[in-house]
Amino acid sequence: MKSANIFIRHFRRLSWHRWLGIVIKEFIQLKRDRLTFGMILGIPIIQLMIFGFAINSDPKHLPTVVLLHESSPFTRDYIAAMKNSGYFDLVGSVTTEREAEELLARGEVQFVVTFPQDFQRALIRGEHPAILVQADATDPVAAGGALSVLNRLGNEVFAADLPGFHPPLPGGLIELRVHKRYNPEGITAYNIVPGLIGVILTMTMVLMTGLAMTRERERGTFENLLATPATPLEVMTGKIVPYILIGLIQVTVILLAARWIFHVPMLGSLALLYAVVLLFICANLTLGITFSSIAQNQLQAMQMTFFFFLPSMLLSGFMFPFRGMPEWAQVIGNALPLTHFLQLVRGILLKGNGPELLWSHTWPLFLFIAVVLGVGLKTFRRTLD
Amino acid sequence: MTFAIDVRGINKHFGDKHVVKDLALQVKQGEIFGFLGPNGSGKTTSIRMICGLLTPDSGAGTCLGYDVLNDSVEIKKHVGYMTQKFSLWDDLTIAENLDFVARMFGMKDRKPAVAAALEELGLTARRNQLAGTLSGGWKQRLALASCLLHRPKLLLLDEPTAGVDPKARRDFWEEIHRLSAAGITILVSTHYMDEAERCHRLAYIAYGNLLASGTGSEIVAAQNLTTWIVTGLHAHRHVEGLRELPGVEQVTTFGTTLHVSGNDAELLGLAIEQYGRNHELLIARGAPSLEDAFIHLMRDARDQFE
Repeated sequence: MKSANIFIRHFRRLSWHRWLGIVIKEFIQLKRDRLTFGMILGIPIIQLMIFGFAINSDPKHLPTVVLLHESSPFTRDYIAAMKNSGYFDLVGSVTTEREAEELLARGEVQFVVTFPQDFQRALIRGEHPAILVQADATDPVAAGGALSVLNRLGNEVFAADLPGFHPPLPGGLIELRVHKRYNPEGITAYNIVPGLIGVILTMTMVLMTGLAMTRERERGTFENLLATPATPLEVMTGKIVPYILIGLIQVTVILLAARWIFHVPMLGSLALLYAVVLLFICANLTLGITFSSIAQNQLQAMQMTFFFFLPSMLLSGFMFPFRGMPEWAQVIGNALPLTHFLQLVRGILLKGNGPELLWSHTWPLFLFIAVVLGVGLKTFRRTLD
Repeated sequence: MTFAIDVRGINKHFGDKHVVKDLALQVKQGEIFGFLGPNGSGKTTSIRMICGLLTPDSGAGTCLGYDVLNDSVEIKKHVGYMTQKFSLWDDLTIAENLDFVARMFGMKDRKPAVAAALEELGLTARRNQLAGTLSGGWKQRLALASCLLHRPKLLLLDEPTAGVDPKARRDFWEEIHRLSAAGITILVSTHYMDEAERCHRLAYIAYGNLLASGTGSEIVAAQNLTTWIVTGLHAHRHVEGLRELPGVEQVTTFGTTLHVSGNDAELLGLAIEQYGRNHELLIARGAPSLEDAFIHLMRDARDQFE
């Protein structure tokens, strides 16, 4: 009863004019904050583009190499059929298993297809020879569609080539031997958990450092800092260090959980992993610091972080297969540190890659740091001007 | 005579706004130099350019013998700059703030210097209190202590006493005079007339233009003002009437007295004596005050630049 009275009293005091005044003020302020306004319009458009066009959980045109121990009309037909299926892009052929192995480890190809010696003869004799398909299964989703097509393919092709063998032999003309490398059981957690290291680091590192400098500016302490002989480089790098430590702690926590809760294999060197993590943390921190010297206040720094985080999640290959995305989305993806970090961390943990196989994904991180730091240092000076 | 600050032709634009125009400033070593002018006149921008926080678009000059355009790093080492708004770290303690600032200036005797500063402030017992929890007067004292820590030769104080009570203000100015006596040059911006009168020399800036500089009496004399003091219980009712008189350029109310000033002494004198007789007001010839001079300057500037 009493609360009802209070409610009525409050209700009576409502003024349509005051209320309208508040609504108008809010609109005016929103209009002034151009960044927020841009985000409100920009984020749905970007989401639409990414979800609508870029994401594809049944990737096609996967890079494939063949290892031919024999070249014959049959192998050529088979390769042609693979191309025609749309799932495979033949990017070349190799002559040794070591070469093939390295391409898989570096993540440059998704499949290696090996035709054995005397394939033609065995096929004609009905000995159903084996074609070996090695798939990079670190991301179990990425290879799935292609493998199921491959199964069907062999028998259709060779049945057409060898009409005399109709009706087909029991068990088919060939044997397709599929090796799902690195993650034979196709356990999603093996792929996701190492990836999460990257996602969590991206989120916290960029955000925390993004806020660090804008906080100084919002509180006016930045001016005091600038009045001292401290140089921009000292300030930026000095502010980064505590967050590097926090990042390393985060990684350790996730790795412990990965090991003891999710039983993710850890084949590579842990020291190498931490070195790569450090590089990735630096990339994110320089971005965070740069955001914060561009942003006018903490809210804007937060918005910039989300603006960066969204494509990082969706276009890096964390949530959806990288190779399933159209060319333009892969270009964007390749500019994101997370894309390369995912390759590195999966390479080290699941494939046991050593440093010699990592360069192709470490130099983009170095480049990213150099470019972003350059922008950051350039904008830093202008902050009071 | 050596100058602590000696700059000429300093200009600064923000976008298409010309914030400081051809500023020329000479501050002698060891003096207290007052920097006056209405809000938004370019005082803070000028101070920031002198201490190297902003780069002038054009101009030349030296600060403590270092080139203002190129040696901002050296200048920062020897200048203490107290910002208008409290800009120490609220979430650091008093001691941590001082220690941080000392580190920024690379002081070798950091610890004793911080301890001495705390002692002098009388804050040794409260050294572990967060700076954000201090009252306005204490924040101001802490800020002053922090910019004196590295023993600067020049202090730049940007409206240091805004929002501080009269007692704290007076203490603050006594400290300023002690520092000046010890040989530190001080440039202080202010809106308060009593503070302006405590300065050795003054400069008045409006709309980015330096309008006057010199000692207080020089500035007053240069305005060539004649001031009459009108006294009476209802003097304030005559403000409008007095303003209409020929020769009157400004009428300023000080409680129950009015200062009526103008440049044309003869015209003003005739008119105001007539007015006084008609309205039975006490009228006396007075000396124009610094405030009269500044209001006159500000009015002229408005006519000229707006």
